[in-house]
Amino acid sequence: MNRFFYIVFLFFLVHNVLGKTIVVGKGQPYTKIKTAVHVASPGDSIIVLKGVYKEGNIVIDKPLSLVGKNLPILDGQKKYEVLSVKSNNVTIDGFVIQRSSVATLDDPGGIKVYNSNYVVIQNCILEDNFFGIYIQYGKHCIIRNNKIKAYGIEEQQIGNGIHCWKSDSLLIIGNKVDGHRDGIYFEFVTGSTIWRNIANNNIRYGLHFMFSNDDAYICNVFKNNGAGVAVMFTKNVKMYNNYFSENWGDAAYGLLLKEISDSYIVGNHFENNTTGIFMEGTSRIIAEKNSIKQNGWGMKIQASCMDNTIKKNNFIANTFDISTNGTLVLNTFDNNYWDKYEGYDLNKDKIGDLPYHPLSLFSVIVEKNPPAMLLFRSFMVTLLDKSEKIIPSLTPDNFIDNSPLMRPLLL
Amino acid sequence: MNRIIKYVIIDILKNKIVVAYTIMLAVLSWSAFSLEDSSTKGMLTLLNIILLTVPLVSILFTTIYIYNSAEFIELLLSQPIARKKIWFSLFIGLSMSFIVSFIIGAGIPLLIYAPINTGVMMLLLGVIISVVFISIAFLSSITTRDKAKGIGMSIMLWLYFCLLFDGIVLFLLFQFSDYPIEKIMVIITALSPVDLARILILLHLDVSAMLGYTGAIFKDFFGTTLGFLISLCLLCLWFIVPYWISLVRFRKKDL
Amino acid sequence: MINIQQISKRFSKLEVLKHIDLQCNKGECIALIGPNGCGKTTLIKSILGMVIPDSGEIIVNGENTKANFEYRKHIGYMPQIGRYPQNMTIGQVLQMMKEIRQTTSTLDEDLIKSFELEHLYGKAMGTLSGGTTQKVSAALAFLFNPDILILDEPTAGLDPLASEILKEKIITEKNKGKLILITSHLLSELDDLITQIIFMQDGRVEFHHSVEQLRNDTGETKISKAIAFILKNKIGNKDVITQSTINQSVKS
Repeated sequence: MNRFFYIVFLFFLVHNVLGKTIVVGKGQPYTKIKTAVHVASPGDSIIVLKGVYKEGNIVIDKPLSLVGKNLPILDGQKKYEVLSVKSNNVTIDGFVIQRSSVATLDDPGGIKVYNSNYVVIQNCILEDNFFGIYIQYGKHCIIRNNKIKAYGIEEQQIGNGIHCWKSDSLLIIGNKVDGHRDGIYFEFVTGSTIWRNIANNNIRYGLHFMFSNDDAYICNVFKNNGAGVAVMFTKNVKMYNNYFSENWGDAAYGLLLKEISDSYIVGNHFENNTTGIFMEGTSRIIAEKNSIKQNGWGMKIQASCMDNTIKKNNFIANTFDISTNGTLVLNTFDNNYWDKYEGYDLNKDKIGDLPYHPLSLFSVIVEKNPPAMLLFRSFMVTLLDKSEKIIPSLTPDNFIDNSPLMRPLLL
Repeated sequence: MNRIIKYVIIDILKNKIVVAYTIMLAVLSWSAFSLEDSSTKGMLTLLNIILLTVPLVSILFTTIYIYNSAEFIELLLSQPIARKKIWFSLFIGLSMSFIVSFIIGAGIPLLIYAPINTGVMMLLLGVIISVVFISIAFLSSITTRDKAKGIGMSIMLWLYFCLLFDGIVLFLLFQFSDYPIEKIMVIITALSPVDLARILILLHLDVSAMLGYTGAIFKDFFGTTLGFLISLCLLCLWFIVPYWISLVRFRKKDL
Repeated sequence: MINIQQISKRFSKLEVLKHIDLQCNKGECIALIGPNGCGKTTLIKSILGMVIPDSGEIIVNGENTKANFEYRKHIGYMPQIGRYPQNMTIGQVLQMMKEIRQTTSTLDEDLIKSFELEHLYGKAMGTLSGGTTQKVSAALAFLFNPDILILDEPTAGLDPLASEILKEKIITEKNKGKLILITSHLLSELDDLITQIIFMQDGRVEFHHSVEQLRNDTGETKISKAIAFILKNKIGNKDVITQSTINQSVKS
């Protein structure tokens, strides 16, 4: 008897939590999402059937589950913000959200979350919106498995794919962002994780980090973005196992680090970028087990950097492995593999017996006088570089890896 | 015409130096590609071959060959053959021998190992550079009757194009580093066939670096189809003009 | 056949040919003589187009030689010192010349046969003696049956037997009505060959006479003596040429 009572109680509880289900669609009790939201009580689910919905701005102001069946289309007609979330505990799942208005003053988005926590946005396709998904003052929100695409041409005329501002504990997982200004933008966002996202072909940065401490981004792919990935004015960021590739251009970097401290760059791949990693004003960063391959410049470490440790990385087939603009070296290089190393290993401990100077004379010359790039790989420059390697005179002699590896690490 | 070319080529083949050159190219390029784990290093070796070895061997061999062919030229001159034809046959015979050696020696490994775009580009430029230095050798050997002087002049010209010219450019770069000289520098490069070829190859080899900083300027110029065609035309001028001057001189030369 | 008008040539400071006028006709066998460095070879090379005159015109068989090469098919040339590609064999040289000329007319291989060059076809030019090289040169000059033969010191370096064969050949060709131009120091050899004599000195033509006229004028039967006689008379007037230079130029 007791057991039966419990079961009934549980059923009642579950029923209460799940709420009731409202179906919206052609030939259904409700044909408009707005009316459904209006009549729904907190905790209800609204199921939207396939179709095109042009309802202007839809505001969700109570905790609801909005679930699209077969990808219904919400169209902002280039006049409205499509979905505005102004309540905690909202789930949006399985919609195509397209054509939001364009305005630089109030930053309309495909989906914009205002001061709300525990919002989940998943499995949506966002196309041709000004901002894709916009979160301000959100906590514990999850953005998962969305495809976000825009067709921006100029920086000023397009917003970011996933834009997060003054938020905390976000999870951004498995999204694909293409063609926005920044793929993913973080400003004053803390304790968040960015995992398994792909940000390609964005006009400015694939990922843009500002004043966002204690975050991690892991296993993301950033390819062919205007200027790569920028992490600025931040501390304690963990960057693990990401791919930075084909970020090409004058001011393009695989990873641009500016005023960063106490962070980890581990297991990342930097391939075919104009500059793999650019460091300015960084301190106490550990870069370890990264593969830095076929970049124009593997790393550019400005003189304002100190106490960084670069160890156990592979530097392979870069035009220049390292370059710097000063003579002061306050960073440590150790145990890296340099494919340009020409030393030997007599005692067979797999560590080269001669130290390696990763800074080539010509990279110093080019840093001072960029047009000198014109002479790269000419016989004269090769001679200069070789003689400098033997008798360093112009390059700082403490720019040195004392125990270079003989074989590349398996990364 | 082809009969004289035939005899020139037979004579060059008998010389065995061109055969040795082919073998040397083949050994260098095969070992460069198969010993290094990445094809990039192999291509760098080939780049150096194209920029140094090819010019040196072409210019030296051609100079010596022309001096040694004095008898042959004299013999032909008493025959009813236009001087233009004799000179042209020598030029074509030498060019064809060197082009074939380069294609056999370096071209095959390039096409096998290098990415197709880069491979074809390097092959094309290697061929052009060979012809350019043959043409320069024609000019320097017609300039003086003295064989030693002619060979000396050829070596000096090789040194100039492969080393000194770049030194001068570097010097200019630092002298005028306060001015926006990038565009002028692009023009100055056109003054050396070796540099032109080098930059065209760099745009393939070090594409990442060439996209940064002033690289972008070169890329904007040399990387476009128009720029590529212009540089190709300039390179062609580099063998047409010296050959043409040498021909004018040869037609007036007393033997 | 060869008409030379006002030819001048200078090598830097040295004026080698000074306004030379000459007319050489069919059937003549002309000896071009004069001291060393008088411009004989330069004149011949000018006719052949190997030296390009500074001014004046040369007309061969009615064709101006300037910027022209076709006229050379009428000329067979035997150089003073034949220079050939060192690593080609005699056979290859002859073969190459035949291929390059591609003439349709019959070849005159008399000299090849009489010099017995066929036995030496496999020998490289670089290994030949001076005499054999001269034989090859002579054979080449006559090979294509040219209307004009220019022979620069033809008998120098040849053994008496070969020399005699060549002379015979020259006479045969002369009788066919060809123009033959010979330079030589050894005048006695030419006695029975030549019909005309051109004497050059310091880049000028001193005189151009037929042999008969020369003999009549001087009363000498030997050509060398006749020339010496003329020169002596001239010295009386000009006092330019010393006896020794005459002896040098007219060794007999």
